[in-house]
Amino acid sequence: MKRILLGTACALATVLMLGTGASTGAEAKTLVFCSEGSPEGFNPSLYTAGTTFDASSRQIFNRLVEFERGTTKIVPALAESWEVSSDGLEYTFHLRRGVKFHTTKNFTPTRDFNADDVLFSFERQRDPNHPYHKVSGAQYEYFVSMDMPNIIKKIEKVDDYTVKFILNVPEAPFIANLAMDFASIMSAEYADRMRAAGTPEKVDLSPVGTGPFQLVAYQKDAVIRYKAHPDYWAGKAPIDTLIFAITPDPSVRYQKLKAGECHVMPYPNPADLEAMRKDPDINLLQQEGLNVGYLAFNTEKKPFDDKRVRQALNMAVNKQAIIDVVFQGAGTVAKNPIPPTIWSYNDEVKDYPYDPARAKALLAEAGVTNLKTNIWAMPVQRPYNPNARRMAELIQADWAKVGVEAEIVTYEWGEYLKRSKLGEHDTVLLGWTGDNGDPDNFLFVLLGCEAAKNGANRARWCYKPFNDLLVQAKRTADVAERTRLYKQAQVIFKEEAPWITIAHSIVFKPVRKEVIDFRIDPFGGHVFYGVDLKE
Amino acid sequence: MIRFIFHRLLLLIPTFFGVTLLAFIFIRLIPGDPVEILVGERGISPERHAQILHDLGLDRPLWEQYVVFFQNVLHGDLGRSLVTRTPVLDEFLTLFPATVELSLCAITFALVIGLPVGILAAIRRGTVLDHTVMGITLTGYSMPIFWWGLLLIILFSGILGWTPVSGRISFLYFVEPVTGFMLVDTWLSGEKGAFASAVRHLILPTIVLGTIPLAVIARQTRSAMLEVLSEDYVRTARAKGLPPARVIGLHALRNALIPVVTTIGLQVGVLLAGAILTETIFSWPGVGKWLVDSIFRRDYPSVQGGLLLIATVVMVVNLIVDLLYGLINPRIRHAR
Repeated sequence: MKRILLGTACALATVLMLGTGASTGAEAKTLVFCSEGSPEGFNPSLYTAGTTFDASSRQIFNRLVEFERGTTKIVPALAESWEVSSDGLEYTFHLRRGVKFHTTKNFTPTRDFNADDVLFSFERQRDPNHPYHKVSGAQYEYFVSMDMPNIIKKIEKVDDYTVKFILNVPEAPFIANLAMDFASIMSAEYADRMRAAGTPEKVDLSPVGTGPFQLVAYQKDAVIRYKAHPDYWAGKAPIDTLIFAITPDPSVRYQKLKAGECHVMPYPNPADLEAMRKDPDINLLQQEGLNVGYLAFNTEKKPFDDKRVRQALNMAVNKQAIIDVVFQGAGTVAKNPIPPTIWSYNDEVKDYPYDPARAKALLAEAGVTNLKTNIWAMPVQRPYNPNARRMAELIQADWAKVGVEAEIVTYEWGEYLKRSKLGEHDTVLLGWTGDNGDPDNFLFVLLGCEAAKNGANRARWCYKPFNDLLVQAKRTADVAERTRLYKQAQVIFKEEAPWITIAHSIVFKPVRKEVIDFRIDPFGGHVFYGVDLKE
Repeated sequence: MIRFIFHRLLLLIPTFFGVTLLAFIFIRLIPGDPVEILVGERGISPERHAQILHDLGLDRPLWEQYVVFFQNVLHGDLGRSLVTRTPVLDEFLTLFPATVELSLCAITFALVIGLPVGILAAIRRGTVLDHTVMGITLTGYSMPIFWWGLLLIILFSGILGWTPVSGRISFLYFVEPVTGFMLVDTWLSGEKGAFASAVRHLILPTIVLGTIPLAVIARQTRSAMLEVLSEDYVRTARAKGLPPARVIGLHALRNALIPVVTTIGLQVGVLLAGAILTETIFSWPGVGKWLVDSIFRRDYPSVQGGLLLIATVVMVVNLIVDLLYGLINPRIRHAR
């Protein structure tokens, strides 16, 4: 018996001695990203999750226009330049020449990128009769939710290198929409060939793009491998191989980062931040997130239809305490419905002070006594609200001090979204992360009259003077004029108080010291073109 | 014996039918709408919501959905995932070898250590050794997998740097999956160092997943051995002057193994449940984590397909255990 035990111990020891830890940097320029999950697939127009975009659009594909890395600024990409007609209805794009698609084991391109690829990428999503429209059971959720089927009237190929989008209505955020992930450009030639071969769904499974990296292999829940596209139009990426080591647990990601098994990790545990700051091998990058966490009053229900009540409840909440307790400092108090990183943010708006006495007086003035209400708390963690339950408890305690009794309600996430959309709540905690850096993407989507009808506007607040400003801004291409309109809208918003604006979170991104020029993406994504490693 | 096997196989049919029904019902009992979860805060218009439900066939009456599901299952079609839109069977088959590999290693680990330790504790009953073994196994049994896993990672990977933190193989190696079993694939690939890397990646998850079965097996072996050792025939064997190794190894162990084999069979379910947590901690691409993710996303086809497949595996393993049981214990096979 002893011999068996000894033998087992020896075998284990031998295996342990086979080598120490995983090494990094042994191969030149391999960057490992400990990603948080598996992508849903590799065609970004089919999905809506950030994890999917990280794995697909942000490495493999390009769009006509793109966001400059680390900013919300729109820059030319596959379109070198564009013009907008004076009525705001025609967008003409001049395409870049000499752009090469990836060569993969399924496909060797015979031509460069051209207008056919643009047409294919958009018509597949737009036209229900397009031969690819139903491939892979696609629903094109993002394209639809950005209202693109109603915005675009027609797309025309003027010549091989010119494409014209004709719109139904002037839509100033249109250009920003084209920089979004769903607008990634795919190869029409590849699609034709796969269709001829009877395997059209391969286009979505084995992607071919023009982006800085091309997919080499994917093993679900384990790893994604990319290699740098040698003929990338903006120049080959400084790193040769990019690896996504899929690591769902944040504590394990941190251990991997410490052990040098990965170079960049997303979504650290708030509890680990202090140790990360002190770690000599790690740079802890941080930036304000493009998001807002809020509490929306159901303005269709009494007494929340009275703005004095909404204002009073605003004053009754100690927001700084929420930032300290719920965000543990990783957030800032929000006073506007858009984050400060978005253009047109109105810094002159004054937030309601924390003043329970005034709140009480205002409630009395509105004739509200012994108010009994509810606070809906989300069951999930979100960047804009890491702990909704705790947040609701703090608000509940604050409101109790002004004589308002609130019950905390929660549902399973899908149910929560559905019921709050139907307006079953009195007050509801929710939030939003921006899609395209345009103020319209917050204000119109969350507070417009149309959104009040379809439920995305959880305050169910349709206020004509406010909505008119948003509609006017949508129709104006001039950014200065739009800025003026949005700033005015923010003043009205504060006065009418359909929400309590609570917080904008701060995004933390731990990267190893040897990583050069990694920039936090304001949209929460991870872009590795332009990132390098020290030798 | 053939009648016995036939009888057991026949029992599988109603069980299988019941499992399809349970798998179908369970996921639908959880509140939550797959389409709402898919679109999140972004929201969706009621018309479009209805359209998507229709496209997915989720607007039909439940019994009709079940009939379609059952017919498809009989044709070997488990449907497509609502999230990735790939066939459920393909996803399962890609991930399942990783779970099997880990589970086999874990059960081997549990057996190789648990059996001798249990026997030893029984022979040395009441000694310090016995108490130590029982104390350690009780601790192992009570250890929450998640915490145990993190503890080992911090110690062996973080502080000592002996083992990799997570994953199945170092990113330095790129092995095309042939069988899906990393140990086999790395061996076949012949790439220098790849096999060793795969082994090193297996160590911690094996220990973590194997801990509870090890504790159960050790304790079960000990008590079964104690019972058998006090039997008359063992005393007789000893009295006849047989060497102790022969008494324990041949006379006692064979009979003591009967309850132990049953325990091992039951551990398959425990392993699959433990795999969910172990796979999450060690970023192990198996079916456990996949199933949990699918539940959270209300991915009906993946959940019902996955549950069905896993239940089938458990049924088959238990069938094998029953047959083995018959082999070890003649009373059972002759009784039928």
